[in-house]
Amino acid sequence: MPDKNAAPKQYTSKDFDDDLDFGHDDFDEGLTLPDINTEPMYINIGPCHPATHGTFRVYCKLDGELIEKAGVDVGYLHRGFEKIVETKQYGQVIPYTDRLNYCSGLVNNVAYCKAMERMLDLEVPDRTQYIRVLVMEIQRIMDHMICVGTNIVDIGALTNFWYFFNAREKLNDVIEALTGARLTYSYVRIGGLAWDLPDGWKESVKATLKEIPKAIKDVTGLVKKNRIFQDRTMGVGMISTEDAVSYGWTGPCLRSTGSDHDLRKVRPYYHYDEVDFDIPVGANGDVYDRVMVRIAEMEESMRIIEQVIARVPDGPINVDDKMVVLPPKEKVHTTMEGLINHFKVVIEGAQPPAGRIYDATETPNGELGFYIISDGTGNPYRIKVRPPCFYTMNALKFLIEGGMVADIVAILGGLNVIAGELDR
Amino acid sequence: MSDKKRAQKIADAIQSKFGDAVLEIEVAYDEFVAVVDKAIVHDVLADLRWTHHFDLLLDVVGVDCMELEPFRERFEVEYILYAMKSDTRFRVRTPVPETDLDVPTASDLWQSANWGEREAYEMIGINFVGHPCLKRLLTHHEFVGHPLRKDYPVMGGQWCSSTSEMKEELEESQGGAPGGSSAG
Amino acid sequence: MGVDADFLDAPTKNETGLITTRIEEVIKWGRKNSLWPLPFGTACCAIEFMGTVSSNFDISRFGAELVRFSPRQSDMILVAGTINYKLAPVLKRIYDQVCEPKFVISMGACACSGGFYDNYATVQGINQFIPVDVFIPGCPPRPEAVLDAVMKLQERIDLEPATTRDVVRRHEVDTKLTDQ
Repeated sequence: MPDKNAAPKQYTSKDFDDDLDFGHDDFDEGLTLPDINTEPMYINIGPCHPATHGTFRVYCKLDGELIEKAGVDVGYLHRGFEKIVETKQYGQVIPYTDRLNYCSGLVNNVAYCKAMERMLDLEVPDRTQYIRVLVMEIQRIMDHMICVGTNIVDIGALTNFWYFFNAREKLNDVIEALTGARLTYSYVRIGGLAWDLPDGWKESVKATLKEIPKAIKDVTGLVKKNRIFQDRTMGVGMISTEDAVSYGWTGPCLRSTGSDHDLRKVRPYYHYDEVDFDIPVGANGDVYDRVMVRIAEMEESMRIIEQVIARVPDGPINVDDKMVVLPPKEKVHTTMEGLINHFKVVIEGAQPPAGRIYDATETPNGELGFYIISDGTGNPYRIKVRPPCFYTMNALKFLIEGGMVADIVAILGGLNVIAGELDR
Repeated sequence: MSDKKRAQKIADAIQSKFGDAVLEIEVAYDEFVAVVDKAIVHDVLADLRWTHHFDLLLDVVGVDCMELEPFRERFEVEYILYAMKSDTRFRVRTPVPETDLDVPTASDLWQSANWGEREAYEMIGINFVGHPCLKRLLTHHEFVGHPLRKDYPVMGGQWCSSTSEMKEELEESQGGAPGGSSAG
Repeated sequence: MGVDADFLDAPTKNETGLITTRIEEVIKWGRKNSLWPLPFGTACCAIEFMGTVSSNFDISRFGAELVRFSPRQSDMILVAGTINYKLAPVLKRIYDQVCEPKFVISMGACACSGGFYDNYATVQGINQFIPVDVFIPGCPPRPEAVLDAVMKLQERIDLEPATTRDVVRRHEVDTKLTDQ
């Protein structure tokens, strides 16, 4: 019987078959590596890459796995929004705004129409304001679902993508019943809305809303306490509030660093000050916080929707201004004045007085601003869009430098960079 | 104090500090804009940044004023600012003549001016002196011209024959951790 | 409505021998039922493509669920979204790298003809520099339209010769982009 208390035998290569001895007699004495001459490696990520969603490019100088220097190249979806709207009328700009942050098109529509109404000094009726809040919050939930879903997929967890996309499809059905479109809605008009709510729409929203908590619970159950997810996202891409503000961050990315700046609370519009909701705030400003802040914002949006749905009053949906709003079709087809009115609105449309305005709205990505210069005619002189993700992307170079290549993917997803908005 | 009064106070402070170099204080739609001379625009911005705590530069807008009334100079640069603690909005505008397109950069005050000014340079053609990397951002590397100028045709598409090589730009760029906000 | 075979100069399946016809049919059957897409998605249409891949509409029924972002591993480039002049050389390079037989589906108004972005930045249709097999109009097209396009592509594969596909080039594109 072998002695259990004896010291374990140290095997060396000589104890094994001599045929396998390749001549390394000093095998068990430890190998010493000669000094290896290393060179930096240059790697290009994108634009055709699953993590960059086909629209930006990161070029890195690597030292092993660590990024020494990085360069960010954007503009692969630059579509000349600002140039082409100078040739259109104010009402024709609305479909172009849909395609800015295409994951939540209605919010951009509202942001633009809000700026135009301020410029034209129009106040939309209460019913319109509440409906706009409703659709904006539904779109906020849908946008966060896409962002968190794709972020987690890029990190490697595919199941959450299906959970969120299924829930998003249900919400999309509700919006499709209202607007008629699946992605680029163009439902909001300057001075009101395109048409009123269909019968039974509010009840269908309430019914659909009951199914969202299950999807959120499924996803949080899979990732919140997941060790692998935490290792990949906690402490990755950290930024302090001061630096974030200096880079121009707003929205959930800024709120993940600890600031509670939200335009819906700071400068409430459309009765947001009468609704009871909280602003979720993160602690560290890393990728984990951004994901969790977005999930918490989804729950807050559900609270807002429940409260607002009960408050939508009856009444007209359009402002009473003949030069801006199309007349009802019965008048157009039966009276001369209606026909001429319709003609004038389509041919000339809204003509704000000459001047400039900057108006901002809290979109799911942050503060979307429209800086509109009018020269008194029916075509805008200049519309500059202040995109929230342009400035979050500005900081990407500094977030990824010093980190590893795998972290680029996690950080990019958390910033929710939508190229339609980034490049316009 | 409402936002309009706070902005009025800021405008008065700027006017009294810089005197004649402030060409106009424009008020429209409850918002204040200080139109200042190009020579002092950096000082005005620095004053707003450090004395009045406008820590968020929301946007840098370049405008081609060729067809706009009243006409001052051909181009303009506008900085849209926000002070987070006091919730105040303010804008600073400076006219830029066609013959002298140099404007001092604001990227030493806010990091967001980095890309904001790059875009204004690319679209309108204003040269920001002292900018760390004033290169094209949204259009391709073989593009010639400044698209948002009024004399650039809407349909003026330019084909790009190859993808850009980023190695040299990378070597020239400065690496480093986020910073700059603790300076000053 | 099926694909019109009259304009194709290809030999139809009746003109080849019995054994080779069977082999051709088997090859085509395998090819059309396992089209692996390379989703070259840039804009809004990419979100609708994600919806098509999701379980509600399920492109997997047609064998095209396995998205492969590498051009060497995919058969079909699905260009979903606006292509501007900056991205055009990238798309051309990716198209050149996909191995034969390769197919291109142009999804959405922007990829087909520039959409309503008729300006200095957007290419007015990707068929200006790469040959396209199926165009899907819409802004964005519904997922059902994408599925219809995959079915049309499958019909087209049926009508072509399986082994000499590269001979039949329907669109001679005068490309302004040089080979890289």
